[in-house]
Amino acid sequence: MSTEVQEVEKAVEKKSEPLFSKKNRKLLSDPLNDSNPITVQVLGICSALAITVQLQQAVIMSLSVLFVMIGGNVIVSLLRNAIPDRIRIIVQLVVIAALVIIVNEVLKAFLPDISEKLSVFVGLIITNCIIMGRLEAFALGNKPGPSFLDAIGNAMGYAWILLAVSIVRELFGSGAISFPGMGQVKFLPEGWFIANGGLYENNNLMILPPMALVVVGVIIWIQRARNTKLIEEN
Amino acid sequence: MEYFSIFVKGIFIENMIFAYFLGMCSYLAVSKTVKTAVGLGFAVIFVLGITVPINYLLENYVLAEGALTWISPEYATVDLSFLSFIMFIAVIASMVQLVEMIVEKFAPALYGALGIFLPLIAVNCSILGGALFMQERQYPSIGEATVFGLGSGVGWWLAIVAIAAIREKIRYSHVPAPLRGLGITFIITGLMGMAFMSFMGIEI
Repeated sequence: MSTEVQEVEKAVEKKSEPLFSKKNRKLLSDPLNDSNPITVQVLGICSALAITVQLQQAVIMSLSVLFVMIGGNVIVSLLRNAIPDRIRIIVQLVVIAALVIIVNEVLKAFLPDISEKLSVFVGLIITNCIIMGRLEAFALGNKPGPSFLDAIGNAMGYAWILLAVSIVRELFGSGAISFPGMGQVKFLPEGWFIANGGLYENNNLMILPPMALVVVGVIIWIQRARNTKLIEEN
Repeated sequence: MEYFSIFVKGIFIENMIFAYFLGMCSYLAVSKTVKTAVGLGFAVIFVLGITVPINYLLENYVLAEGALTWISPEYATVDLSFLSFIMFIAVIASMVQLVEMIVEKFAPALYGALGIFLPLIAVNCSILGGALFMQERQYPSIGEATVFGLGSGVGWWLAIVAIAAIREKIRYSHVPAPLRGLGITFIITGLMGMAFMSFMGIEI
């Protein structure tokens, strides 16, 4: 799954390299900060919170979203003149659902443990508002090329928040980080834990759902403190 | 008694917002005033109460392995469950459209209250989440599935009304500038989630 996405990414990056005008670069870089899908556009929150207990799950989820977003944005952008306005939501949902079924079957076949842990959240990519939101706001009115870049940019903006939240939660919650393909890497020697006579104890609250909200809240706080034009009126 | 425990569980213990974060997008976007929050909350209860039982029938008579035996016993090995996402979302999107038209025709007053929220609901993850949890938990009868749908809907309504009431009050307090709006809403939801976690130990 991951290699597949990377290959697709590479192939198209080469093709669009001469196209890297200022506008196209903005499509890629804006969603990372100024119009981040999670912290500014408020899209795709559900999955960002629910599957950030471990880094590994977050990485798989980000790659799945990347794949579905690129597919959805390009397909809808190609069909944009053929879709009647009235039924566009259903058409978009069908395109997304078909892509999500592919992702789900691939995960079930090759990564059954992670598929088990992600449970309903793979299916919920369908209603992940980040995908519908970008289809509505961008792909319906733009050519496939820019839509493709917009998809990559927004999926990356989504991914970095997911990775940041999951690193914080896993590091403080279970004292280790599970890099994909390497298993859990522990950072502290066993002897430091209270159970073994040391002084350190994992903060179990970090693993529980409410802390995900607080961690995202703090990320928003830090981001807006540095980027003051994002501050909202009360 | 079984029904009652599923209902209470759906509201407090397995609350859609605080335990699973489903429907967060509309929860954050439409919780600025209590009035609109109440409207959206009722629309969610309504749609969950309708779509969960329909998807239950679909799951048990069409999609699950061996579900097609009511047509002919030779279909006992047919497993269509890989189609469940696309079927569920199609049912939800079309039911929302249908409900919107029916409500508009027969209950204009209710349409005035819910109207603008109904289209939003097709992409509310709590609706699809309700269907997927129903599929995962394998409720024994359609009655239990319906009660589960209604219970989760009421839990969602409770959550959005509570946060909207808090946000109305918070306008008068001095929040650090970068936290205003979205940031403080996240942190308050986290605190509410911690409060709701105290229901977890209850066994009904």
